[in-house]
Amino acid sequence: MRWGLEDVHLTRGRAVALAGVTLPADPARITVVIGGDGAGKSSCLEVLAGLAEPGAGAVYRPGKEHIGYVPASTGLYQDLTVAENLDFTARAYQIPAADRGRRADELLKLTGLAGARHRLGGQLSGGMQRKLAVAMALLHEPDLLILDEPTTGVDPVSRAELWRLITRAAAEGTAVAVATTYVNEAARAARVVLLEAGAVVASGSPDDILHSVPGIFGTSRAAGRPAPLSWRRGASWRVWAPEGGLPDGVRLVRPDFQDAVVAATLAGEQGRLVSAGREAR
Amino acid sequence: MDVLAEARQASMRFGAFTAVSAVDLMIGRGEVVGLLGANGAGKTTLIRLLLGLLRPSDGIVLLFGSAPSIATRRRVGYVPQTLGLYAGLTVAENWAFTAAAYGNPGTGLPAGISGWSKELVGGLPLGAQRQVAFAVALSHRPELLILDEPTSGVGPLAGARLWEGIRQAAGDGAGALVTTHNMEEAEQCDRLVVMADGKVVAAGKADAITASHLVAEVRCADPNHAFAVLDADGIPVQPSGTALRAVGSAAVIADALARGGVDAAVSAVPANLEEAFVAIVTKPATS
Repeated sequence: MRWGLEDVHLTRGRAVALAGVTLPADPARITVVIGGDGAGKSSCLEVLAGLAEPGAGAVYRPGKEHIGYVPASTGLYQDLTVAENLDFTARAYQIPAADRGRRADELLKLTGLAGARHRLGGQLSGGMQRKLAVAMALLHEPDLLILDEPTTGVDPVSRAELWRLITRAAAEGTAVAVATTYVNEAARAARVVLLEAGAVVASGSPDDILHSVPGIFGTSRAAGRPAPLSWRRGASWRVWAPEGGLPDGVRLVRPDFQDAVVAATLAGEQGRLVSAGREAR
Repeated sequence: MDVLAEARQASMRFGAFTAVSAVDLMIGRGEVVGLLGANGAGKTTLIRLLLGLLRPSDGIVLLFGSAPSIATRRRVGYVPQTLGLYAGLTVAENWAFTAAAYGNPGTGLPAGISGWSKELVGGLPLGAQRQVAFAVALSHRPELLILDEPTSGVGPLAGARLWEGIRQAAGDGAGALVTTHNMEEAEQCDRLVVMADGKVVAAGKADAITASHLVAEVRCADPNHAFAVLDADGIPVQPSGTALRAVGSAAVIADALARGGVDAAVSAVPANLEEAFVAIVTKPATS
């Protein structure tokens, strides 16, 4: 890996935030970190950005001036206008005056914020704020772009615009690490790191993860929980039998990436790490 | 009575601005209906109409068969995205406060949240806070649940667990209206209503809404180059693992790639709900 974390451990107070996390972030690729609330996504990205010092492990990152980072909280100045936010950031990164306007205009166009140039950051909708924050992180054309849940609570139209920015940066050679709680965003990435309780429970391409989960899956319309390892999908239950053997009345189904993510998280929660190897289904 | 809440050609105007325009919506007993729309589509105004916080400028809104009132609103449980809990009170105190407000004291904390009874709500992880908000909203046994982004920010497994509670309530006969920007959550619903510019622009089961939409899947050795070519042409395109998914017919996409000098395999595949949603709500208005 060019940039990223290798077997990183981090404690916060007495709590273990990260327990041996490896997270590659390579140029021209998107790595998605997915997990629930408290799984360690923000801790990973803070270590990668140099905002938290790990207790053990290796961190590979470019110099601070080549990193773009957007925290899960806003990451912009509420009392500055959109244009002022961009200009302030450009000056902070010492972007030459001749390039500042051109780069800002390009990003305003890409984000659809050109019409909001003179509005205060704090008066923008949630989706517009996230787009502005990502634009600010991209102004200095970073080598490593780190985004902490840029799309949580954002509507799908704004989410598509944010992903266009992210993908464009990767296509131009930037290494991108982005955290999310949405499975369908993880499915977009070339590389996914699934976290649970500060540990990696699955890692690889979405297809690798789908094929790494052992056992078989089933579906049931039972009123009550049909098996211990089961969860809701719509009006039915999804059942996971890691060792095979579905209960009576449960029909076999082919799992999708969402099933694999939930199953791997369940396994991680129960301390049974899903093996990295591909097991026959 | 099987219909819990209903809007018939309901409109809401604020001066010259029409927030909700001739909307039909029905929520039945035991049914989970998803209400989708980009910001500003009119979802919140429609919910305020259903709750009786606004009176429609035109059309009819019925809650349990009559015009919404304080009496009918008591039969509704509402969980806003901000949860509506007191962060500085414990779980037990939040529970007791809500019970007192609805005048039904004496019910104990449900098993799912009793472990946190002495914890301050503000100190709990988000997933736990959402569990508590949901349990509190259910404490007066509402017949209709209105849930705003019920699983936002909690992750796939915790989200599935919250949906167990929603499905349990529906199984017991309650109806639910769920607003969400998360298309995985939308797929959990029995039926969807999609709004744009105050109007209903699509309605039905998720697979019926996606059925008429296709996207082009692009597989090639250098997806970054293919992305750059399509993006430069103004074609909406998203990565999908090691492939790309572009909006447009396979022929148009293949042609754009060929002109850009990209050797790629392009095939038409069914759109997912998110792709169909974006196509529906960004389509220029025809009426």
